[in-house]
Amino acid sequence: MKKYIFQSIRLTLVLLVLLGVIYPLIIAFAGRFAKGEGNGEAVLLNGKKVGYANIGQSFTEPQYFWGRPSAANYNAAGSAGSNKGPSNVDYLKDVENRIDTLLKYNPGLKRSDIPADLVTASGSGLDPDISVQAAIIQIKRVANVRNLSLEQVQQVVKNATTPPLLGLLGPEKVNVLQLNLSLDRLSK
Amino acid sequence: MNTELLGIITTYLITLLIGIPLGIYLAKVFAGEKVWTDFLLPIEKIIYRLSGIRQTEQMNWKQHMKAMLTINSVWLIYGFFVLINQDKLPLNPDGNPGQTPDLAFNTIISFVVNCNLQHYSGESGLTYFTQHFIIMFLQFVSAATGIASAVVLFKAFREKSVSQLGNFWEFFVKSITRLLLPLSIVVALILTFNGTPSSYEGKDQYISLQGDTIAVSRGPAAAMIAIKHLGTNGGGWFGVNSSHPLENPNYLTNMVELIAQVIIPIAMVIAFGYFIRRKKLGWIIFGVMTFGMLLLLIPTISSELGGSPAIAQLGVSQHTGAMEGKEVRFGPAASAYWSTVTTIISTGSVNSMHDSTMPLTGALQLLGMMINSFYGGCGVGILNYFIYLIIAVFISGLMVGRTPEFLGHKVEAREVKIAALITLLSPFLILAGTAAASYVFGNYGDADWAVKPANWLNNPGFHGFSEMLYEITSANANNGSGFEGLGDNNIFWNISSGIVLIFSRFLPIIGPIAIAGLLGQKKYIPESAGTLRADTITFGIMTLAVIVVLTALSYFPALALGPLAEYFTMLK
Repeated sequence: MKKYIFQSIRLTLVLLVLLGVIYPLIIAFAGRFAKGEGNGEAVLLNGKKVGYANIGQSFTEPQYFWGRPSAANYNAAGSAGSNKGPSNVDYLKDVENRIDTLLKYNPGLKRSDIPADLVTASGSGLDPDISVQAAIIQIKRVANVRNLSLEQVQQVVKNATTPPLLGLLGPEKVNVLQLNLSLDRLSK
Repeated sequence: MNTELLGIITTYLITLLIGIPLGIYLAKVFAGEKVWTDFLLPIEKIIYRLSGIRQTEQMNWKQHMKAMLTINSVWLIYGFFVLINQDKLPLNPDGNPGQTPDLAFNTIISFVVNCNLQHYSGESGLTYFTQHFIIMFLQFVSAATGIASAVVLFKAFREKSVSQLGNFWEFFVKSITRLLLPLSIVVALILTFNGTPSSYEGKDQYISLQGDTIAVSRGPAAAMIAIKHLGTNGGGWFGVNSSHPLENPNYLTNMVELIAQVIIPIAMVIAFGYFIRRKKLGWIIFGVMTFGMLLLLIPTISSELGGSPAIAQLGVSQHTGAMEGKEVRFGPAASAYWSTVTTIISTGSVNSMHDSTMPLTGALQLLGMMINSFYGGCGVGILNYFIYLIIAVFISGLMVGRTPEFLGHKVEAREVKIAALITLLSPFLILAGTAAASYVFGNYGDADWAVKPANWLNNPGFHGFSEMLYEITSANANNGSGFEGLGDNNIFWNISSGIVLIFSRFLPIIGPIAIAGLLGQKKYIPESAGTLRADTITFGIMTLAVIVVLTALSYFPALALGPLAEYFTMLK
């Protein structure tokens, strides 16, 4: 028994060095050659950091495309889903309010054209993407506010759309930050 | 074909392409046969020498279990004290506080037992020091504990009659050097080059397009996320686990993380057959497990792609499926697949919030954890399945009126008693635990704890009950996922789930090893025409029937009160 205790302690110490020091340092070293040097990929506008490519931001102003509702208010210091169950009555009221807001800011929009992702909270609260349909229904509003033609905005949406992996696997998506950045660049 | 469905089918096929050869390789590694990774032998010898281990020393099943329990106890004590004092230790750029004793109790047990139930959020509840030297360290060694224990069981059936079953430390070290560490390096590199942070920088700040000042949590996450999946651990770097865009940046990383968590559980099943030189038995077990997985997976996908009936009533389009708690880059199909995989094997990582999935999906997630052996966790999956095998052997023996035998050894009263006790343990812990929680919630709502029982639940009605049932079930399965709406960081949940965790980890390891050890010592009886063979399809179906009947009898009432009741109320 005593033998096992000493062996356990010594083995633990050896493995702490191997798994807790050597292994992550190898990865950290390799990470310096990745995009963003292992710090996460930052996005710049006129040389200033305005966000991270993978992390969604809160967009509420009408000249921007809106992202998904967030239970974390897009505060990336933390992360959170709503954890609301599907039959929760208060939750369904929240969804109804979000639909009303969309209808108010996008005149002429039909309920049945609103995709669910635009009125439901994401898992992380930091979802950077929306579905293509969610972008399409906002084109008219954004074009009006910015005095751009529909075709111009449509083109911007097209450019910010990522197809499925290899064109075959998984969903299509639109990165909202990338979309809005291109708009800001276009408006200048 | 729909790209979302094609995505999950491709993911599963790649899993098989890697998992099956990996199993054949593992059988050779643990049998001591020549393999191409033998160049690592010198490193292993250094590890043995520094630890004072003679890896040729043979152990019987009891010595194996003593060694296993001893080293696990060392980790429990070490981790508890470090977690409490993490604020005073280095590598804490965000200035996070030490854990409270009850939280540290829960956290350390949870990670030692390979569960990774997290009652804290990674961004604020841990430091880079504890993320590395407690969490990530334990993710390796707890997985290796499971794998090494399973190999002890394999050993008992390789030869005709044995009591010496190899050396625990050797199996344990090899699980790390020949399997977990090399694969982790590969997965971590893929993650890093797809945008997961790997540096030691603390929080960053920027001003968003709309002018908000935002802080972003970061840190050396990639290394941990690799082993969290390979070792079926599941504990995330960030609070929302693999739905976080830095923890799981795109569809490719999602596929990699999904593949990583399933390959070792599948490999262990194949390895069992090859190791004991009864390949067919391995394939039959694999077949039953795969069939069981499909029984859970197909309705899950259908219920998530179908969308929420309540949202449908609001008149919006759910053309992709139910989206609450899910990320657009994965979509409902990959989220549904993940939720099945993470609950049948004991990973418990999530890429969508299970609390917000459809009621039927929730029921199927719970069932996956209650059965806990369709592939199952690293090493422990096959151990859990072994118990069902023994019960099936026993019942079949009764049906045909012969002394039951398994692989040429008589299964007698003692072995069956152990199997029966282990089978009863899960329903006892789950049902008693949930009952206790419901009682406290109902009668002591104002108790002065960090979260008052009256405020535990994030959802009313049946769904609220499901939140409590899910938490205890997840603890019992050493799974670690949660209906995360539950306010679980308080003394009740920290202590109760901690106790459930420790029993539900070690007894279901010791039980099967004891049975295997006892059986292996018995005289070998050659097979004859009257032998009930374990490696037949008939016996595979019998085992599946045993699993279905036991699970239904144990859990149907609890499921009826939670997810099933919610499902039927939503129908009207």
